[in-house]
Amino acid sequence: MEYLSIVFQEVYKILFLLVPVLVSVAMIVWLDRRVWAFVQKRQGPNVVGPFGLLQSLADALKYIFKEIIIPSSSNKVIFILAPIVTMTLALIAWAVIPFSATHVLADINVGILYLFAVSSLGVYGIIMGGWASNSKYPFLGAIRSAAQMVSYEVSIGVIIINVLLCVGSLNLNDIVIAQQNMWFVIPLFPMFVIFFISALAETNRPPFDLPEAEAELVAGYQTEYSGMMYAMFWLGEYANILLMCAMGAILFLGGWMSPIDVYPFTLVPGAVWLILKILLLFILFALVKAIVPRYRYDQLMRLGWKVFLPLSLIWVVLTASYLFYFNLLPVN
Amino acid sequence: MIAHAIFFYTFSIIAVVSAIMVTASKNTVHSVFFLILDFISISCLFIMIGAEFLGMIMLIVYVGAVAVLFLFVVMMLNVAQQKNQWFAGQATSKHIPVGLIISTLIFFEIIIVIGGWKYKPEIFDINNSPANTSVSNTHSLGQILYTDYIHVFQISGMILLVAMIGAIVLTFRQRSGLKRQSYIKQISRERAEGVEVLEVQSNKGVKIDD
Repeated sequence: MEYLSIVFQEVYKILFLLVPVLVSVAMIVWLDRRVWAFVQKRQGPNVVGPFGLLQSLADALKYIFKEIIIPSSSNKVIFILAPIVTMTLALIAWAVIPFSATHVLADINVGILYLFAVSSLGVYGIIMGGWASNSKYPFLGAIRSAAQMVSYEVSIGVIIINVLLCVGSLNLNDIVIAQQNMWFVIPLFPMFVIFFISALAETNRPPFDLPEAEAELVAGYQTEYSGMMYAMFWLGEYANILLMCAMGAILFLGGWMSPIDVYPFTLVPGAVWLILKILLLFILFALVKAIVPRYRYDQLMRLGWKVFLPLSLIWVVLTASYLFYFNLLPVN
Repeated sequence: MIAHAIFFYTFSIIAVVSAIMVTASKNTVHSVFFLILDFISISCLFIMIGAEFLGMIMLIVYVGAVAVLFLFVVMMLNVAQQKNQWFAGQATSKHIPVGLIISTLIFFEIIIVIGGWKYKPEIFDINNSPANTSVSNTHSLGQILYTDYIHVFQISGMILLVAMIGAIVLTFRQRSGLKRQSYIKQISRERAEGVEVLEVQSNKGVKIDD
């Protein structure tokens, strides 16, 4: 009986986390399309519900009632597994995101490593989908995507090391608390810019959306997918984008901490601040999608390996030397 | 405790079965996927014994990077159609004796290691000095790696770097007659050198010198 009650408590907690995440993924798709449209002087989705808020719900309904087509020449098991892997990996990462000092599902020692590991596993959903479709465009998209995500992960990893040098702990709550006096976006501003651009590449957002470049590859790795399976890829992708925004908010923008430490602001719960910061980063993501043209593939690789990696490595040396020289290294 | 046992046996059964399936599955790409499953379940086992740092590093390095490259190579070489010969009943495969020798060697090595642990426990007491429980295992790992074993650690890093550079040097070919795109040249182009406005006279046309 005791076990059961513990299990039920955990299940409630997980549902309380995952249902808002899924709903906000649907809302964020609407926001993305609206911002995109406003930049281009269009209206965007504005018909279904007030301001078109229910557009994503209508789209989801449409996807659910469409027939799922599995190509006869595909590798069926892996073909079906691919969207499941993408979706699962995008959702399990939320377990370690702290919404306040106490509101976190799993407050583990190596939180940032867990986030990094899960986001680096995300490439498998795409590779599996592209390979199992047994078709040219998905395969090309998958190969491009694998190379792209592996390259930009390296620079994200080095940027995380920069932040960890200033914190001295891998726990996400410790990272947030270490920014009490100053958000890391101020001393590590160049790293924030590189993190933002690498996050765009890691989540296959424009201008780095080569894996699904519609002008050349139809829809890349998701070409052969239809109905609910396509919707799952799509949900997983947006959940990943939100996750990257959350990671940026925690690493550089002070997570759940209020921007000013004075009376009326400290009353606002931490979750609200975190969500506002995630939204701010997401609107930046959406703006980039609207204003920047797609990169050429060789330039994408050049940017990742020849610009971002050396720059972030140099910054690690700089940060470490600065902290060491002024005796600011966190010791515990 | 019982929940712990259930999780331990689940992960170890998955690890062993997927390790067998790596060699037994007929499709090479499936083999790589089973290898990934094996890595993941082993990192779960690491986390279960309290070595969460090792488990996460295992996930990041092996599953996130090494296995992706494996998969990449396997897919690019188009060996997906090549069937694994072991279970196909073909007796003439030349790899079987080599494999048997290597597996016997590994088996004896494991016996030596585990046997030493069983019959000479005092040797391992020196190596397994009690972990300092007041700090997290990331901290204690760092304190050992960067103090007592700093030279070994740095040298192993250098060896990896040398191997990487060696691989690049071995495969690098200087080919001539290739058209290269210079990034600097492309973005530093001005309008004046690309565009020329000409006065075109009627019925005469323009001659563009090349």
